[in-house]
Amino acid sequence: MYDVLIIGAGVVGCAAAMELSKYKLSVCVVEKESDVCEGTSKANSAIVHAGFDAKPGTLKAKLNVQGSKMMPIFAKKLDFAYKQNGAMVLCFDKADLPKLDELKQRADLNGVDGVSVITGDEARKLEPSLTDEVCGALLAETSAIVCPFEMTLAFAESALQNGAEFKLSTKVESIEKNDNGFSVSTTNGILDAKIIINAAGVYADKIHSLVSSKPMRITPRRGEYLLMDKAAGGVVSHTVFQLPTKMGKGILVTPTVHGNLLAGPTAENIDDKEDLATTKGGLDEVKAKGALSVKNIPFGKVITSFSGLRAVGDTGDFIIRESDVKGFIDAAAIESPGLSSAPAIAEYLCGIVAKLMPLEKKENYIDTRKGVTHFNSLSENEQNELIKKDPSYGKIVCRCETITEGEILDAINRPLGATTLDGVKRRTRAGMGRCQAGFCSPTTMALIAEKLGIKIEDVRKNGVYAERRQDHE
Amino acid sequence: MNEFDLIIIGGGPAGMAAAVSAKKAGIDDLLILERDSVLGGILNQCIHNGFGLHTFKEELTGPEYAEKYADMVREQQIPFELETMVLAVEKLAGSNKKAVTVISSMRGVQTLYAKAVILAMGCRERPRGALNIPGSRPQGVYTAGTAQKLVNIEGAKLGREVVILGSGDIGLIMARRMTLEGAHVAAVAELMPYSSGLKRNIVQCLDDYGIPLLLSHTVVDIKGKDKLEGVYIAKVDEKNQPIKGTEEYYPCDTLLLSCGLIPENELTVGAGVEIDPRTNGAIVNESLETNIEGVFSCGNVLHVHDLVDFVSEESARAGENAAKYILKGSDHSGKVLAVKAENGVRYTVPSKINTVNLSELNHIRFRVTGVYKNVSIVVRSGETELLRKRSQILVPSEMVDLILKKDKFDGLNDDISVFIEEVGQ
Repeated sequence: MYDVLIIGAGVVGCAAAMELSKYKLSVCVVEKESDVCEGTSKANSAIVHAGFDAKPGTLKAKLNVQGSKMMPIFAKKLDFAYKQNGAMVLCFDKADLPKLDELKQRADLNGVDGVSVITGDEARKLEPSLTDEVCGALLAETSAIVCPFEMTLAFAESALQNGAEFKLSTKVESIEKNDNGFSVSTTNGILDAKIIINAAGVYADKIHSLVSSKPMRITPRRGEYLLMDKAAGGVVSHTVFQLPTKMGKGILVTPTVHGNLLAGPTAENIDDKEDLATTKGGLDEVKAKGALSVKNIPFGKVITSFSGLRAVGDTGDFIIRESDVKGFIDAAAIESPGLSSAPAIAEYLCGIVAKLMPLEKKENYIDTRKGVTHFNSLSENEQNELIKKDPSYGKIVCRCETITEGEILDAINRPLGATTLDGVKRRTRAGMGRCQAGFCSPTTMALIAEKLGIKIEDVRKNGVYAERRQDHE
Repeated sequence: MNEFDLIIIGGGPAGMAAAVSAKKAGIDDLLILERDSVLGGILNQCIHNGFGLHTFKEELTGPEYAEKYADMVREQQIPFELETMVLAVEKLAGSNKKAVTVISSMRGVQTLYAKAVILAMGCRERPRGALNIPGSRPQGVYTAGTAQKLVNIEGAKLGREVVILGSGDIGLIMARRMTLEGAHVAAVAELMPYSSGLKRNIVQCLDDYGIPLLLSHTVVDIKGKDKLEGVYIAKVDEKNQPIKGTEEYYPCDTLLLSCGLIPENELTVGAGVEIDPRTNGAIVNESLETNIEGVFSCGNVLHVHDLVDFVSEESARAGENAAKYILKGSDHSGKVLAVKAENGVRYTVPSKINTVNLSELNHIRFRVTGVYKNVSIVVRSGETELLRKRSQILVPSEMVDLILKKDKFDGLNDDISVFIEEVGQ
């Protein structure tokens, strides 16, 4: 019997597990995929929003602003990439300029510092690649970019090292409410828990309806993105948003924390919770809208395109509360700014749990975590010391991103380690460069095959291995 | 210990040929750096035959061809270091020395120095992302060369029902290879109205196995969540845009991409070498020397070749020229003539010639921009025609190699144009 069972190992589930692992509780996270960060958390804009956009008084506003302030501290303690690069919201039509002032007022009401309205020329002075059509902008200095994979992994690994359990490749099939709490049937056996946190992303409505008769509807909203080569990463230094125009909702153009250039997303409500396909129309829309903001975006340097699904609820706000079923807590409809809010959502969830059972702090909580060593970011001296200690760091496997065999082995062998090519990619960036794993995938596949004791052709890009249990304690 | 006359980056066919000829020309203090665990580069995974007809007058497999050069490297005691990757090349300010930063388990991260450097890093495949094919991103989509490595080196069994996009040579070779592995290759789709592979590969790898080549077709959608389930192939119009209504569904578990090779010039760019946007390789002169004195480029990193024999020949020249540079220095006294690609010619290598440095026999290599039948290749400088050569057919997939004697260049003052001329009635 667990005290708390968290369904979903996305950024919200993992952050909640980390937060709860500070207390003397037994916590377990179940995830239907074979890795953490396999849903909405892996395909988004990777922005830590400043918090000026959300409607004042909403949970979105409150948790975004809190989360944004917590993020740099977590990034440092838990070793994930984060950079405060600032953001701009661009205005292309003088008639729309008052909307910038409205955003500024929202920022003030939400308690966001460092926000100001600037002219088009001032914006171009800060970002010389902006188009001449820009006639004004909102500047938000505290906006930041982050690595969403590392962030989610950092929360998960921190939770694990503080005693939380993870059951991956474990799909929840039904939930039964009983006197002690819940009995949860999964593809990995029955799990009992006093409290459930539903952090199932686009599936949160399905999980919710397993116990509650009150309706909830989560609509997957697909967003398509184009990712460009690092050679294009310097086109802008700020994250550049748009006010809505006659072409509809704007898209953003931003550097990523690792130095690529990202443009997107589109916004299209779809029915299929698994449909991550990109479309010609969607990608063309990203190109057309991106060109409004930034001159000469080098779309010839696209290295990959992808889609993500936002979990959009029907209230306009996050749904984070104990449901009508006692002990069953929803953390649902976590669309943007969900990534930015995740650490604050976790604290908020902890507050809800505290009302249901007494929480007592652990004495030996470890509040730091060390991620995979990124060889490329070390000094030459540090690199040489590492190679001396472990010669596998002297072997480059991924040429484009200069990722060593040592890093890949670390990603595979560490707790909650990678079992798929995408898992290695998210932990190390091997395969994320301009050749998109053409050269490194055979080597990476061979290393995974050896670790798992399977044939190389059976190594998966992502997804669940049949008959392979993945419990991490 | 870390100073060399010549460092050769890459131990594939280009690097080995360059090293062997530099050694022959009198350079003893040289070093080959190879990132893989064996010499030979991409040839090691090319287990089919058809290599070496020009160089050795016999038909060899890729590994056999590589082994012949590796034997020469060992016989001539040319030092080489494996599993060693070059991270940066830089010309030192105020000196002609080049700094080469390397990483290996043995050396750690270290900087080596050389009087001359030959860039011979080869090329890589254009990945799916760069092709902008919409659809989902399931398992089962590989570039043809990656698939070739998985099948031929790692012994993986990739799939049973295969579609190939792009008719580059590796794609054609893999169509046959997958068939021999027991898979069914449903089709090879090619965006252009002509194949980008060699004629002999189309005959031997597709026709002989009854595999259809769909010209002016492309993949417009990819289906399958975790694993590939199928692709939609559509016909394209003369602007290469898919024609609505022509989509046809091909169920498959494997999609191979053979849509172009890109010279791998990250080091080159980092060193400050000027790149020719037409080839994605360095801009070189008659000596295959880049704009940085003492830095040479050859093989697929310079421009993508279709025959390894041409790579070896070109690289041997780079080795010789590097030796000459090391032993005698540069001679800038001659006249520099630009070599211009004009009507029907996409690019030329070299793109400039210093007449004082010409050899007895000089090569101009190029590819045509489209299919040309019954035409003349013309090389001209002002009013002087250096060469006129009839050709029954010229295709973009086959590199043209022109050889001009030194005396042809005597007294030339005007830039050199290379172009295709329709043969008059």
